[in-house]
Amino acid sequence: MSSWDWQVFCKETTSGDVAPSCFGSGGDITYLDWLLSAWGWTLSVSVLALLVALLLGSLMGILRTTPHRGLVLLGNAWTELFRNIPLLVQIFLWYHVVPALIPPLRDVPSFVLVVMGLGLFTSARISEQVRAGIQSLAGGQRMAGLAMGFTLPQTYRHVLLPMAYRIIIPPLTSESMNIIKNSSVAFAVSISELTLFALQAQEETSRGVEVYLAVSGLYFISAFAINRAALFIENRVRVPGMIGGGGH
Amino acid sequence: MIEIKNISKWYGAFQVLTDCTTQVEKGEVIVVCGPSGSGKSTLIKCVNGLEVFQQGDIFVNGTSVGDPKTNLPKLRSHVGMVFQHFELFPHMTITENLSIAQVKVLGRSKDEANERGMKLLDRVGLKQQAHKHPGQLSGGQQQRVAIARALSMDPICMLFDEPTSALDPEMVNEVLDVMVQLAQEGMTMMVVTHEMGFARKVSNRVIFMDQGSIVEDATKEDFFGKPRSERAQQFLSKILSH
Repeated sequence: MSSWDWQVFCKETTSGDVAPSCFGSGGDITYLDWLLSAWGWTLSVSVLALLVALLLGSLMGILRTTPHRGLVLLGNAWTELFRNIPLLVQIFLWYHVVPALIPPLRDVPSFVLVVMGLGLFTSARISEQVRAGIQSLAGGQRMAGLAMGFTLPQTYRHVLLPMAYRIIIPPLTSESMNIIKNSSVAFAVSISELTLFALQAQEETSRGVEVYLAVSGLYFISAFAINRAALFIENRVRVPGMIGGGGH
Repeated sequence: MIEIKNISKWYGAFQVLTDCTTQVEKGEVIVVCGPSGSGKSTLIKCVNGLEVFQQGDIFVNGTSVGDPKTNLPKLRSHVGMVFQHFELFPHMTITENLSIAQVKVLGRSKDEANERGMKLLDRVGLKQQAHKHPGQLSGGQQQRVAIARALSMDPICMLFDEPTSALDPEMVNEVLDVMVQLAQEGMTMMVVTHEMGFARKVSNRVIFMDQGSIVEDATKEDFFGKPRSERAQQFLSKILSH
């Protein structure tokens, strides 16, 4: 224990001097500055990828439950494509292969490619959850919506999706936490996020224990914050009279 | 009002409906009965196009259900339907259940829809429950709300798909009372049910189905007095023996 040296985070990255405020000044940065910036990159990749995943995953999951065979096929193909290839390989595909096949993508920053890669990978998993949520409502609710004169999109909007999303909040929470953790693959394409920071800072300072503990702590805090936020949402949208729905 | 002409339907190679033909005149109450699996629920769901059929056609107030050009949502909006398992929207309050389709489909204002909803809720005796969610009501109460919900669209006719068969026995009558009242007010109704008391009391005709076909289509006097087919005789003796 006594050999731990948390002051390592107050060191400036170029000179190695300990900055009195622990934050760098005059153009240099400390490891703490770098750590926080890396946390910012991790959160940026995660949040943007989660938005992409929720949007496309919901769309594909919905398509798979429609009565139109072509749309079902599209949703199924999408889901299988993105969930049957390892995440890290998909990131490399976006980085090396896609720009080679589609030349205009060569100028796209790797940050965007990682957001797309992680987002589409996760969209396949969310598509599966959205489909399961809708199908758990059986056919009765769909028929009831249609029988009232709702169009199919209205039936989804007002009848099926509000319940389906409530039902899948727990797995969606896991998926949102996973995306924070999975964002660590971005280090592979040189995004300066927490994992890349850990690798490089450990190398420069030889303080692997402190560096990895700090990084682990930040991953934990980020994922746990999502968990709490989801729990708050789950309680807010709880339906009275449903199983686990609480009092009258 | 409802004309069913030579309807046949298949699930893959399995034929569920065979050449079904009947009609429901304005103000008539038709009871459809028969053993489970005889296709009665499927037939009634064909009337508003919830189930597709491969042969024949159905006309509701002159509009073809089978014609791909028909605006089915519009047709359904004035054909009320009540389901075996109620199918209220669980995430909405009772008030919202009654008003949402009036607003989104018929384009009524929220106030107008709420007022109409409350009037109907009062009629089925559930005005006090307006603020609750469906999960907080008993089965019988939920089904009465479901009837009120269908009526909120001012339907030209009502379809009932086994409206009491998922209910506890002591709740059956509260639902049947509402249906009897509707029938006596002249609502055109097509009712899939095993409640023979209801059939005797308010129906004009009884349709008996077996294995996807309409075996008997008779006035209630003829059906209960002297059913022609042996299958209907057996069915009646079974359900009326106790």
